[in-house]
Amino acid sequence: MSTGVQTTVPTVTPEARRRAPKQVRRAPGGGHMWWRYVLVAIVLVWALFPVMFLISAALNPAGTLSTSSLLPTEFSLSNLHILLNDASRPYTTWYRNSLIIGIVGALAQTFIGACAAYAFSRMRFTGRRPGLLALLLLQLFPAFLAFVALYITFAAIGDVVPTLGLNSVWGLLLVYMGGAMGANVWLLKGYFDTVPRELDEAAKVDGASHARIFFTMTLRLVMPILVTVFMLGFVGLYSEFILASIFLRDVDSQTLSVGLYSMTVGNERNRLFGQFATGALLASLPVVVLYLGAQRYLVGGLTQGSVK
Amino acid sequence: MAAADTTFRGDPSTRSGPAPAWVVVVKWAAIALVVAFGTLVSWRLVEDGKALFVVIIAFVVMAVVAVYSTRRAVPLKYLLPGMLLLVAFQVWPIAYTAATAFTNYGDGHLLSKEDATASIIANSVQEVPGSPRYRLSIAVPQGQDPAKGDLTFLLTDPSGKYFEGTPKGLEDLPTDGVEATTTGKITKAPGFTILDAKQVNKRGKELGEFAVPKDNGGIKAVGLSEAFEGRATVTYDKAADKLTDTSTGKTYVPKGAAWVPADGQGEAYPQGWKQNVGWDNFKTLVTNSTLRDGFVKIFVWNVAFALLSVISTFMLGMLLALLFNDDRLRGKGFYRSILILPYAIPGFVTALLWMSMFNQDYGLINNITGLDIDWLGNPWAAKAAILITNLWLGFPYMFLVCTGALQSIPGDVREAARIDGAGPVRTVRSITMPLLLVAVGPLLIASFAFNFNNFTLIFLMTKGGPFTDGDVSIGSTDLLITYAFRIAFSGVNPDYGLASAISIFIFIIVGLMSYVGFRRTKSLEEVN
Repeated sequence: MSTGVQTTVPTVTPEARRRAPKQVRRAPGGGHMWWRYVLVAIVLVWALFPVMFLISAALNPAGTLSTSSLLPTEFSLSNLHILLNDASRPYTTWYRNSLIIGIVGALAQTFIGACAAYAFSRMRFTGRRPGLLALLLLQLFPAFLAFVALYITFAAIGDVVPTLGLNSVWGLLLVYMGGAMGANVWLLKGYFDTVPRELDEAAKVDGASHARIFFTMTLRLVMPILVTVFMLGFVGLYSEFILASIFLRDVDSQTLSVGLYSMTVGNERNRLFGQFATGALLASLPVVVLYLGAQRYLVGGLTQGSVK
Repeated sequence: MAAADTTFRGDPSTRSGPAPAWVVVVKWAAIALVVAFGTLVSWRLVEDGKALFVVIIAFVVMAVVAVYSTRRAVPLKYLLPGMLLLVAFQVWPIAYTAATAFTNYGDGHLLSKEDATASIIANSVQEVPGSPRYRLSIAVPQGQDPAKGDLTFLLTDPSGKYFEGTPKGLEDLPTDGVEATTTGKITKAPGFTILDAKQVNKRGKELGEFAVPKDNGGIKAVGLSEAFEGRATVTYDKAADKLTDTSTGKTYVPKGAAWVPADGQGEAYPQGWKQNVGWDNFKTLVTNSTLRDGFVKIFVWNVAFALLSVISTFMLGMLLALLFNDDRLRGKGFYRSILILPYAIPGFVTALLWMSMFNQDYGLINNITGLDIDWLGNPWAAKAAILITNLWLGFPYMFLVCTGALQSIPGDVREAARIDGAGPVRTVRSITMPLLLVAVGPLLIASFAFNFNNFTLIFLMTKGGPFTDGDVSIGSTDLLITYAFRIAFSGVNPDYGLASAISIFIFIIVGLMSYVGFRRTKSLEEVN
């Protein structure tokens, strides 16, 4: 690691500048990249082998954990067939429930957040600053930490309105909506602030009401951030486990996370592994497609502080 | 900006023409729907005798009508739905958790004192010769699990009238839709699932203690389809706050939220009540030696787990970002997509998948490496397994944010360093790293806070276990949150009070961490 290598580079082009920190590792006299590709290969193996195993287990006709191997030896869809026809484990119902929670929840969350961001960004009213700060503060306390209170509360709600109580997808959605306004309001407000207010003014001069400006103009202009917030919301709600496992006890009301979990506990976990792997692969599909297809939107959102 | 505000708040008459007809229709239909729903819920609440909640519902409905039917309070039109949800499902649960932390709410302490006393009296019922007998069906409310749901007696008195009996008392059962045999035994009732003989037998022990309070006695089951009404042997003297069992002559006094024998001999009644216990739950955590040791152990591992997770994922992510941040490397877009994959797979799938891969007998890890480690059964191996899984799950995130941060570092900064004679290692250490940390510092803190409560990973992989030395309450990989969860939901004697106290403790830690985080972020930004 001598600095000698450096001094042999008399002029620094922008190209070389970007490479500069790594030049010390380069073999003298040439850009040998082979070791870099070796490292890349190792990293890719590390990132991929569990996925490989999952795929191979899903295709394994024997369908048990003990017979599953890293690389697929046979190609069989028998696990898929069993999965879709297992009456005691209604996989398609779980899938439907998860999609309902993910899509409806994320849509509602995005809408509520956008409404709040519009008010905080465009209007001045008493309690605006304290309100924004209170939202920031409340974000520190995720609702699931209060799971005991939520459980007791929803047991009581279920006595009055069973559709919104425990064991109901809609009751669970309601809980998730508690954090809807706070979850992304800062992210949204920041983006709303970048839309010039002159546009609002112009629309107002033309006689548009606040609601018309919001629904027909502002919402369209901030679409990129709405997409980001929707996707973050979808991914979070779709795979939420702790509250779902407390709330959804009936097998027909469960989501993918709770349902697939139930397949990995108990004496049958070895036998059910192929089925589980198929289910897990299919369950991952919507999120993986979202992540890979919309990297641009998501990476932006990630750096704003969303963590998995 | 002031101009904009006055326009929004300004006189409605100066505003533009009327909204399209369908918008007005939709708006009023929505308001009407809220009022209708509120009325319906209030109706049911009145039937249940919960007056306080009717008042709350009334206020909410009034607020909705006031905000949306007038042209005032424009900001509230946008904020109200979110605020209502926030108060109901985030603020209220937190407040309620705090309140519960100071009670003994839990198994054996679920009822109020009156209800617990009434239940004891009803249980002491003995049949008075010649008193009426009811035809009985045993049921649970519809939608509840027959093995666990709230037991309910569906009764038919000798005159053919239907009743619904719960530990809270006897109520008329609406005859609509009720079907009964010729002897009067109810076979179908809307809103209930009637248990068959097998299901009833499974709950025999509970039924033995089950009684419906009525007058100075109660209704108890005899066999599967008959119930008698009898007189209680236990009487309650309200003035002296004493229970007397007339059959044994023993008196009971309230102590520790339960009725205990006045002379200290014999057992207390199992039905205790919920009451405030002050700081007892918190004191228990600190003073009870088993709990305290366990609590400290869990806390240390909790911090270590969060810290090691952040460090390991950040180190790997950063190294990869440095490795990939090179223009000569081909196919970066492709590699990046593959590297994101572990992060794109839902967290619960990852946890369950690795749990299976760490299986001692058939798991992939032992198969490939040729080892025979009981990964999830050995305390230290389980900790390692969890950290490895979290590394796999978390490094792509760090890779992504580090790549983003690296690309935003201007090249001339490094050039300046080189002109000043800094070598590449020095450049990375003194220039790249500090700038990188400024950018990702807040995210590291967020990641720490997230992992501190990473329930999903721990619960799905080990449930907090393995449990060693015969200790079933404190596992080797327990986080505070999984521990609280087990106290509340998985044990035989749920203790909601203690679980809430632990939640409050977590709240405080998370709050402190975030406070420090904000302060630190501020000082980090001053570097720029």
